[in-house]
Amino acid sequence: MTDTSTQRTGDFKNALLRAGLYAMLILFALYYLMPLFVMLVTSLKSLDEIRTGSLLGLPRDVDFSAWGKAWSGACTGVQCEGLRPYFWNSVLIAVPAVLISTFLGAMNGYVISQWHFKGSNMIFALLLFGCFIPFQVILLPMAIMLGKMKIAGTISGLIFVHVIYGLGFTTLFFRNYYITIPVELVKAAKVDGAGFFRIFWSIFVPLSAPIVVVTVIWQFTQIWNDFLFGVSFSQAGTQPITVALNNIVNSTTGVKEYNVDMAAAIIAALPTLLVYVVAGKYFIRGLTAGSVKG
Amino acid sequence: MMLKKTILAATVALTAGAVWAEPQAEVLHWWTSGGEAKSVAVLMEEFAGRGGTWTDMPVAGGGGDAAMTALRARVLSGNAPTAVQLKGPAIQEWYEEGVLANINAVGVEQNWDELLPTAIADHMKCDGEYCAAPVNVHRVNWMWGNAQVLADAGLEMPTTWAEFNAAAEKLQGMGITPLAHGGQAWQDATMFESIAVGLGGAEFFQAAFVDLDEATLTSDTMVAVFDQLRTLRGFVDDDFSGRDWNLATAMVMNGEAAFQIMGDWAKGEFMAAGLEPGKDFLCAPTPGGGYLYNVDSFAMFSVEGDDKIAGQNLLAELIMGENFQEVFNLNKGSIPARLDVALDSFDYCARRSGYDMDVASGNGSLMPSYAHGMALRGAQAGAITDTVTAFFNSDMSSADAVAALATAVKNSM
Amino acid sequence: MEWLQRHMPKMVLAPSFFAVLLFVYGFIAWTAYVSFTRSRLLPKYEIEGVIQYERLFESPRWEVAITNLAIFGILFIGIAMILGLLLAILLDQKIRTEGALRTIYLYPMALSFIVTGTAWKWILNPGLGIEAVVKDMGWESFEFDWLTDPDMAIYTVVIAGVWQSSGFVMALFLAGLRSVDEEIIRAAMVDGVSTARIYRSIIIPSMAPIFMSALIVLSHLAIKSFDLVIALTGGGPGYATDLPATYMYAMAFSRGDLGQAASSATVMMMVVVAIIVPYLYSELRTRRD
Repeated sequence: MTDTSTQRTGDFKNALLRAGLYAMLILFALYYLMPLFVMLVTSLKSLDEIRTGSLLGLPRDVDFSAWGKAWSGACTGVQCEGLRPYFWNSVLIAVPAVLISTFLGAMNGYVISQWHFKGSNMIFALLLFGCFIPFQVILLPMAIMLGKMKIAGTISGLIFVHVIYGLGFTTLFFRNYYITIPVELVKAAKVDGAGFFRIFWSIFVPLSAPIVVVTVIWQFTQIWNDFLFGVSFSQAGTQPITVALNNIVNSTTGVKEYNVDMAAAIIAALPTLLVYVVAGKYFIRGLTAGSVKG
Repeated sequence: MMLKKTILAATVALTAGAVWAEPQAEVLHWWTSGGEAKSVAVLMEEFAGRGGTWTDMPVAGGGGDAAMTALRARVLSGNAPTAVQLKGPAIQEWYEEGVLANINAVGVEQNWDELLPTAIADHMKCDGEYCAAPVNVHRVNWMWGNAQVLADAGLEMPTTWAEFNAAAEKLQGMGITPLAHGGQAWQDATMFESIAVGLGGAEFFQAAFVDLDEATLTSDTMVAVFDQLRTLRGFVDDDFSGRDWNLATAMVMNGEAAFQIMGDWAKGEFMAAGLEPGKDFLCAPTPGGGYLYNVDSFAMFSVEGDDKIAGQNLLAELIMGENFQEVFNLNKGSIPARLDVALDSFDYCARRSGYDMDVASGNGSLMPSYAHGMALRGAQAGAITDTVTAFFNSDMSSADAVAALATAVKNSM
Repeated sequence: MEWLQRHMPKMVLAPSFFAVLLFVYGFIAWTAYVSFTRSRLLPKYEIEGVIQYERLFESPRWEVAITNLAIFGILFIGIAMILGLLLAILLDQKIRTEGALRTIYLYPMALSFIVTGTAWKWILNPGLGIEAVVKDMGWESFEFDWLTDPDMAIYTVVIAGVWQSSGFVMALFLAGLRSVDEEIIRAAMVDGVSTARIYRSIIIPSMAPIFMSALIVLSHLAIKSFDLVIALTGGGPGYATDLPATYMYAMAFSRGDLGQAASSATVMMMVVVAIIVPYLYSELRTRRD
C-alpha cells in the first residue's frame, strides 16, 4: 500500500482534502449506482405505477410479484416458465469453459514468459490480436465449422467456442503475471533436475491464486453474459440464460412488463454479481504484479 | 439367406417408421410476450392433440433480427429448424438458397388457392408451389385516436392528409400533441409508407416500393410524400426519439396525444388497458386510405427425418385450419388470412379490417407493407428506411431526400 | 525423452496456436474472401471483384459508422482510462469503505447490457429521466436531451460505456498502484518529493504493463460495442449512433447482405490492425522483462 497520504501539510488542509476525497468518491458512486437503483426500484413497482410515476421515485407499495414471475412465470416463448430452466444451461456452459480456458491460459502464459523460444513472442502477439476480433465476424464461419465437427447446437459446442475466444485474454493475464517471476527461479529448478511440468506445479501454481481469481472473474463475466454465441450456436434445450432474458425483455409487438424485465435482468446477473462481491478483494490482490519477493 | 432376412427386416422397419412417424417440429419464432405466446400455444396444443411433439425455439427482438441470426447459424451448421417464422420476400430468398421444403401437397389438398387472397397466396409460394403457411393478416396503416380528446376538440378521424394537418394544427393550439410517435427506424418507415399509399394511391405504391421504378421514386408525388412526412415531424412531441411504440400508444390512451399511426397490434395495448374500440378509442385507415398488409407465416425448412417432414405437413395443415386462424387472431389483434373465417367474435376494428381487405383484394389495391418486410428484400427495404429515418431526424430537404432515396436503392441492388 | 523435454514448451503452446490460426485468422481470411463476392443471405464463393467495397464507401451510413468509431473509441478509451486511474488513485488513499466502494465501481461489468441499456435509456431520456427530474426540482430551463439529438447521441453511448467498463480499469490500476516497490516511494518521500510528483514520476511510469492490459481490454470492448448501442439507442436517432459492429450485424443478419457485412468487417479489421499492431510491436519488443 502506498504511503503518500500521510504527509503532514497542515491538519486543516488535510481534513479538507479528505472531505473532498470522500465527496468525489461518493459522487462517482452515485453515477455507478443510479442504473441499478432504477432497475431495483422499477422491479418492485406495479405496471400502473411505472407508467404514471417518476423514474427515480420509490415504489408506493412494494410488490415482489415481478420477481416470482421473472424466475418461474415469464414467457420466453410458448413456455412461460421464466428464467429457471435456462439457468442450469448457463452454468453447464460457463463453468467448464472458464476452467478450461483458465488452465490453457496459465500453461500458455507460463511458456511465453519463462520458456522463451524463437517466435514465442510472435505467437503471443498473434494470440493477443485474437482479442480484437468482433464476434459477428466469426459467427458464420464458426457455424459452418461447428456443423462439420458435429457439435452445433450442443453445450459442448458452446464451451468450445468460448474457450477458443477466451484464449487471448487468459494468456495475456497469466503471461503478464508470470513474467514478473524471476527467471533465476526456473533456472535453479532446472539445475535441480526438475522438468517443465514439475516446475509449473511446484513453483508457479502455488503463486497463481490471485491471477487465477482475476482470470476467472473476467472469463466468467464474459461467458455468462454472452448473447451472440448463445443465440447462434444453441438450439431448443441448450439455450443459455441470456437468450431467455432477451426473450423476456425484447418482445416486439407485445405488452412490455418493465418490472418483470428489470427483475429478470437482476436475477440473470446474480451469479456474476456474487462472484464480484465475494472475490472482489482477491481480485485486487491478484492483479498485483511483482508481489513476489525473493 | 441371413443377409436377405436382414434387408427385409430393415425395409419393413423403415417403411413402418415412415408410415407411423410421430410428427416432430422444432419451431423458431419470436412471439415471446404474454399475448403472443398465448397465441402460439394454441398451435402447439393442436399439434400435440394430433400426436405431435413441438420443440419451442423462441428468439425475441428486433422484429426477428436475432432470430434470423440464429437461423443463419443453424442452416450453415446443417441443423436447420423444422419451421421458422418468416415473412414476405425473405421466404423466396431462402428458397433461392435451396434450403426450403415443399408443402405443396398440403396446400393443394386443403385448397389454399381458394381460401386465400391471391396476393397472400403468392407470398406463400416458391416457384408456384407452397412452401409456407400464413398465420394472419396485420393491417399496417391504421390511425388510432383518443375518442375523448377528439370529441372535445370537435374533430373526427381525418380522411385526407389535408384534413389531418388542419386537425393537428387545431390540436396543437389546444396544447395537445397531435401525433404520438416512437422514433425508431421501423416506426418512421411505417408512417412514411402510410403517407405514400394515402397520397399516391395503390398504383404509385406498387411502382415505388415493389417495382422500385426509378422514375416513380424520384417523382413529384414522392417529393410530396416527403413534404407530408416533414409536416408530421412538426406534429410530434420533442421526446419522440427512441421511444418504443407501445409508449406512444400510451400517450394516446391517456390523452396526452390525439393520434397514432401504427399497425393493428396497437389495438392489443388499448384493449389490455380495458378500453373499448369505437367508444374510448377510434380506429380508421390512415388518411387517403389504402390497405398495407403484413402477413406472418411459417416457412418449412429442408430437414431430414420422416418425423420432421410429418411435423411440417401437420403444422401447415393446422396453421391454415379454421380453429387456429380464429383463435390466434382473436388473441393477437390481427385478422385471419383465411377468407372464409367468420369475424363475428372479432371487435369492430378487426371486422373493418376484414371488410377492407376483401374490397382491396377485389380491386387490386391490396399492397404489401415495405416497412414490415413484405414488399422488398432486406437490403432494399433497409436502404429505403435508412433514407427515411435520416430525413426524419434531420432537416434534409424533400428534394435531397428523394435523390438520396434513388441512390440508396440503386446502391443496395 | 530429452527431445520431448526440450520441445515441451512448443508443444504446449501448439494447440492454442493452431486453434487461433484457424478460428481467428482463418475466419478473418474467410470473411475477406466473402467480401469479394455477391453473397446475400448465405455465403457464396464466386469472386465478383471489389463491388462490395464500392458500395460500402458510397454508403452514407457507413461514413457515420466509421466516424462514430473514432469519436466513441477515443473518448471511451480515454475517459475510461483517466477515470479508472483517478478512482484508483483516490481509492489508494487508505479509505475506510474501500471494499464497498470498489464493488460499487466494479459491478456494472457484471450486468448484461440487454437491460441496463433500458435503464440508461430511461435515465437519459429527456421526458423521463434526468432532465425531467431536474426540471421537477425547479430548474425549468435545464436541458439534457443528448439522447434524442442526432449530433450528440453518440456521447450518451460514451457515458453508458464508461459506466460499464471503468470499474474494471480502476481495479487493474489499483492493483498496479499497490504493487509498486515501497522502498522507492519511501526513499522519494524522505527526499521531500511531493505526492503528485511521486505519482507522476515513479508510480505511473512503472505501471506500463497495466496500461497495456487496460488498453487492450478497453479497445476490445470498444470494438465489440454492439449490445451497448443496440440497447441504448438502437443505432438512432436515424442511424446517428451506428458503429461498424452494428452496421455489420445489420447487413449480415437483418438485410441478408453478407457481402456488405464482410467488406465492412474487413475494413474494420484493417483499422484495428493499423492501430493495435504497431502498439503491440513496440510493447513486446522493448519489454523483455
